[in-house]
Amino acid sequence: MTVPPVQVRGEVLGRRRVGAYHLVEVVAPGIAESARPGQFVAVTVGGPASSMLLRRAFAIYRATPVGAYTGTVKFVVGVHGQGTEWLAGLRQGDQLDVVGPLGTPFRLPTKPVGCVLVGGGYGSAPLFGLADALAARDCPAHLVLGAATADRLFGDQEARRAAASVTVTTDDGSTGVRGVVTDVLPGLVERTGALVVYACGPMPMLRAVGQVAASYAIPCQVAVEESMACGIGVCMTCVLPVVGADGVTRMTRSCVDGPVFAADRVRWDEVGRVPADALGAPAGATY
Amino acid sequence: MSVVDLPRPAAAAVDLRTTLGAARLPNPVLTASGCAAAGRELAPFLDVAVLGAVVTKSVMLAPRSGRATPRMAETPSGMLNSIGLQGPGIDALVEHDLPWLAERGARAVVSIAGSTVDEYAELAGRLRGSPGVVAVEANISCPNVAERGQVFACDPDAAARVIAAVRRESSPMIPVLAKLSPDVTDIVAIARSCVDAGADGLSLINTLLAMVIDVDRQRPALAGVTGGLSGPAIRPVAVRCVWQVHAALPAVPILGMGGIMTGLEALQFVLAGASAVAVGTAVFHDPSSPARVLAELAAALAARGFDRLADAVGYAHRPAGDGGDHHPRPAPEPARRPTHRVLGADEP
Repeated sequence: MTVPPVQVRGEVLGRRRVGAYHLVEVVAPGIAESARPGQFVAVTVGGPASSMLLRRAFAIYRATPVGAYTGTVKFVVGVHGQGTEWLAGLRQGDQLDVVGPLGTPFRLPTKPVGCVLVGGGYGSAPLFGLADALAARDCPAHLVLGAATADRLFGDQEARRAAASVTVTTDDGSTGVRGVVTDVLPGLVERTGALVVYACGPMPMLRAVGQVAASYAIPCQVAVEESMACGIGVCMTCVLPVVGADGVTRMTRSCVDGPVFAADRVRWDEVGRVPADALGAPAGATY
Repeated sequence: MSVVDLPRPAAAAVDLRTTLGAARLPNPVLTASGCAAAGRELAPFLDVAVLGAVVTKSVMLAPRSGRATPRMAETPSGMLNSIGLQGPGIDALVEHDLPWLAERGARAVVSIAGSTVDEYAELAGRLRGSPGVVAVEANISCPNVAERGQVFACDPDAAARVIAAVRRESSPMIPVLAKLSPDVTDIVAIARSCVDAGADGLSLINTLLAMVIDVDRQRPALAGVTGGLSGPAIRPVAVRCVWQVHAALPAVPILGMGGIMTGLEALQFVLAGASAVAVGTAVFHDPSSPARVLAELAAALAARGFDRLADAVGYAHRPAGDGGDHHPRPAPEPARRPTHRVLGADEP
């Protein structure tokens, strides 16, 4: 069971540029202690007089329960609009309203088996904590980090410390193997004999990684990226079609029922739509 | 000792009790339908029993998938949503959610939505005897249904037919609130029609029908094309609607909502004529906001010398030149220890 989320106003300890991204560290007592790999935080943006109401959600990159401060969390920001631009301008001492830990964590193997962890862009952020949790269970973690260009990788230096092996791909070949993560994934699964795949990144990548895992008949857990307004399960905007244990497809909230799903439960063809056979779908056609 | 002689914060002294028809509430701050699910998700952030009531997300007879995604677009001081009434249906609400609220001592206002008059009637009948239900809110104004042109709240006769059916099927002890749309030429006419049909109160307002175009894709931002605009952007529209309806129907209780983020903003609705207010989109920004708004409203009333919430309801309608202005008093300064520091901590 996960611990219920809390809402805290924390002080920003630091914000620095990492490649194309910004790494933010905030004092968040009560969140760091209970956060597990795969969970996320939702933060307000723009300050007290902001006209931007909606929280922005970020996977937790690192949660440090004890240290000089009473628990800190780090997350990685990619600038996409005004809200993330504001976060990219945070300075030490600024206040941030943080809700977390939110969502479902990655499920860990019960036996010491090899695992492949695939991160696209800054989707790699939650994989480092996951690699540590796997190492604690004697599960070797093989990382695959992919991005369009070298500066859009995140954590490729740190990965060499955290993981049993690291493979990097870039679309343009500016570093690592030229290509995409699924070009190297089959060889890695075969070479390492990995029995579990984890992935976080853009939806098309998650789908493709899930297909590779399925072709080896090994389980794959993915942390999805859906835009959300609240992060706590009330707004119903972050839904995607997911098949339940009962075989029924439901429009499922990625904030509280996810973000981590078994890849083979997600109706990838129908993401963005309501499948005609989904529970409560309008009679007639998909709309 | 000056510390003990300081006046206590007057907030605790304000009588916050209010009524919506036969529903007696300990205070006037509720959640708004569709912004708090059925209360459970807010439990980590506030005690749902401290609120006047939890207004549950509009429920239909059968489970409903809602619309495709994207369902949401952020707008200046607001947002569009196009959920399409996704929900598990009335059976799940009655079996799982209402007992959960009742066990915690929370009061529930159940929002219902149907496609036909008969569906509204059946929903109202299914709620008879459910524990903890203090009112039924008939959502006759959701903009995110396929046949938007048929929204009941845009036609006085259609609205009246729904309200009459819900009133007939509901327990006589339970007030029926009609939730109205601001997207009409004359909201007073719709309000009057609902009251004549048996509505015990009015919920004002639902979202405004609105739209955003994604200029990168050159298509509507929402999969459902149009959505409902909520948040502080619509607050002045909501205050205007509450004002107009209260002026025309001063005896009809109003549950006011639309972009309330703070206690002072809630007070605007009260002064305009709302007997209670609901906090909606603010929950997405600040999940503990309903409890905060309640505390702020109590303090704002106290600072203006109101001993009872009831005295402030509609107070802004008093005749010009009548005086009676309640100027806010500053809150008492907290007691400070004497400081012997010469330089403040912030000085270089």
